[in-house]
Amino acid sequence: MFDGYSLSELGSIFAMQGFAGLILFSVFVLMALGLAIIFGQMGVINMAHGEFMILGAYVTFVCSHLVGEHAPWLFPGYFFIAMALAFVASGSLGMLVEWSLIRFLYRRPLDTLLATWGLSLIMQQIFRSTFGAREVGVTLPDWLMGSLSLTDTIEVPINGLFVMALTMTISAVVYAVLFRARWGRGVRAVMQNRVMAGAVGINTEKVDRYTFGLGCGIAGVAGSAFTMVGSTGPTSGQLYIVDTFLVVVFGGAQSLIGTIASAFTISQAQSTMEFFLSGSMAKVLTLLTVVGILMLRPQGLFVLKVRR
Amino acid sequence: MSSDDIRKDSHDALRRKLLLGMAALPAAAMMPRLAFAQAPATAAINTTGLAVTDSTVKVGILHSVTGTMSISETGSVEAEKLAIQQINEMGGVLGRKIEFIQEDGASDWPTFAEKSRKLLVNDKVAAVFGCWTSASRKAVLPVFEQYNGMLYYPTFYEGLEQSKNVIYTGQEATQQILAGLDWVFKEKGAKSFYLIGSDYIWPRTSNKIARKHIEKNGFKVAGEEYFPLGHTQFNSVINKIKLTKPDVIYAIVVGGSNVAFYKQLKAAGIDLKKQTLMTISVTEDEMLGIGGENIAGAYACMKYFQSLDNPNNKAFVEAFKKMWGADSVIGDVTQAAYLGPWLWKLTVEKAGSFDIDKVAAASPGIEFKGAPEGYVRIHENHHLWSKTRIGLAKADGQFDVIHETAELMEPDPFPKGYQ
Repeated sequence: MFDGYSLSELGSIFAMQGFAGLILFSVFVLMALGLAIIFGQMGVINMAHGEFMILGAYVTFVCSHLVGEHAPWLFPGYFFIAMALAFVASGSLGMLVEWSLIRFLYRRPLDTLLATWGLSLIMQQIFRSTFGAREVGVTLPDWLMGSLSLTDTIEVPINGLFVMALTMTISAVVYAVLFRARWGRGVRAVMQNRVMAGAVGINTEKVDRYTFGLGCGIAGVAGSAFTMVGSTGPTSGQLYIVDTFLVVVFGGAQSLIGTIASAFTISQAQSTMEFFLSGSMAKVLTLLTVVGILMLRPQGLFVLKVRR
Repeated sequence: MSSDDIRKDSHDALRRKLLLGMAALPAAAMMPRLAFAQAPATAAINTTGLAVTDSTVKVGILHSVTGTMSISETGSVEAEKLAIQQINEMGGVLGRKIEFIQEDGASDWPTFAEKSRKLLVNDKVAAVFGCWTSASRKAVLPVFEQYNGMLYYPTFYEGLEQSKNVIYTGQEATQQILAGLDWVFKEKGAKSFYLIGSDYIWPRTSNKIARKHIEKNGFKVAGEEYFPLGHTQFNSVINKIKLTKPDVIYAIVVGGSNVAFYKQLKAAGIDLKKQTLMTISVTEDEMLGIGGENIAGAYACMKYFQSLDNPNNKAFVEAFKKMWGADSVIGDVTQAAYLGPWLWKLTVEKAGSFDIDKVAAASPGIEFKGAPEGYVRIHENHHLWSKTRIGLAKADGQFDVIHETAELMEPDPFPKGYQ
């Protein structure tokens, strides 16, 4: 397939392909981070993760409309406001859900799967009743569209770069919050030994609520960012949920580093294979590889040592 | 109350009925003749026990209004309701007002089969307007054949099917593909094509036909790619397209993937004003989600566009917007769904009967001059003769119709040499 191309042309194609892989990696990390926090730190299987993302996307849609109508001068920068609002909306809904539903199920982790799946159906229907069954188009500011020409032949999508930067920022913030701040120490303590954490005076219920809220909030930001690359409709969340679980489970449920490593492995494998094979075949091979590795290492790539 | 009283009461009642009946006899004798002038007697036009009364006839609407397919099927439901309302305003079918029973297929194929059984067996509807995906049609087909129902199916689809119990008001694959390809061969001088689609039967069959037609004309298929439904990352294939530099990208991507595909194409710096892209899967409905600015410059090959300039279509668009809101858009399938109730009305009136067998037999040759897309006619094979048109996507979410075939295209669900 490379006949008749000069070396420089091939070089630029491979450079662009490298960026494609990195962008896919960022998308995966952004998708999975919220779920990894909830699943890894709390053991709750949140099937409504995709819907929390789409809530963020709809917040962005509403935002773009309002700003476009009432404050057009703000339009180039509205995306940042929209992401902040998406975080607040999804995060507070997450906290509400934790308080009204999830906290009764901590002793029955498998039931959280059923409960949150039901929640996802309810949310889908609410989106449908509110915004209509059709997909909505989110208008983006011009500077986010188009591509950046690095050289004459290498072009990189700007929205991809934006997602990359966003993912790095959010990962850094999450790392700081969980591993450098006092609150994060509480979260990790509760995860390692709930009873003991309670005994030394940590308000475990409060920690749970905020952790769940944080995970959902990050999902909201991810959904907001994905309006640049994907669709926004009542059931769009379903498009992401399989990949998200794949990344989190493959990485080792309780390790955030594992999530990042797994996102990197899967995205690179998939984008390289997509280039050399067909799209469906790439997906099949990726899934087979993941299944194979999980059979050898059921706990995922990275394991956190926890005393049980 | 004693048993005597009951007997007396019932006796009285019987006598009253008899008296009334006798009094009504002269009127009753005149009735059939009067009624025939307006509406024929129910017994004569409904010999198989369908839900037809002297003043009403029941039909079914079976689409997904919940679940992932409701994105696409909502427009069809709206169009069918509009057509039924308009037909009723004109006096109904054979003097009977149409009443519809709407069922939700919920984007789930077994549910479609179950609901169609309910419509045919319990409700005994005279016709069903419904289904969207081929999967749902395949699921209900045995039910319609077993209980002898009549289905009006609106979506453009892959062909390879024909049934006495189905009228296909959308295009089968050759009607949508061949004329469009001929146009790009001629107008764009296209010699190489990159075929890309979602991974299921319709895009695969359509691309197979497209590939045959391209190669038959001596041109080249530079690549052919399929992605799972719901795939959202197209950067790798876009690089591949950049590498192969095809004259035309031929895209049959559907659903949410569509939005991702066009947004990423634009973000990757592929300018559709310079790179020819032809699609058979993007209508005005999909443009809403994609955003006109992301797809402006692409060519879509359809039989209907909302912007078609003819009196029928102007009236249709106006009526549709009046009923469903000024913001509503009308895509190819929505218009095809609108044809369903009208074709059924014309067929029933030609057959002079609601009986399914008579309607099926009377269908070939039915002409509908009031169609928004222009004149259509039902072929022997229960598909429609219709024109193929090419639209140029604009940033405002509409298409400029830049080409239409001079003649009606013959439907050919089993194309020889393309399988």
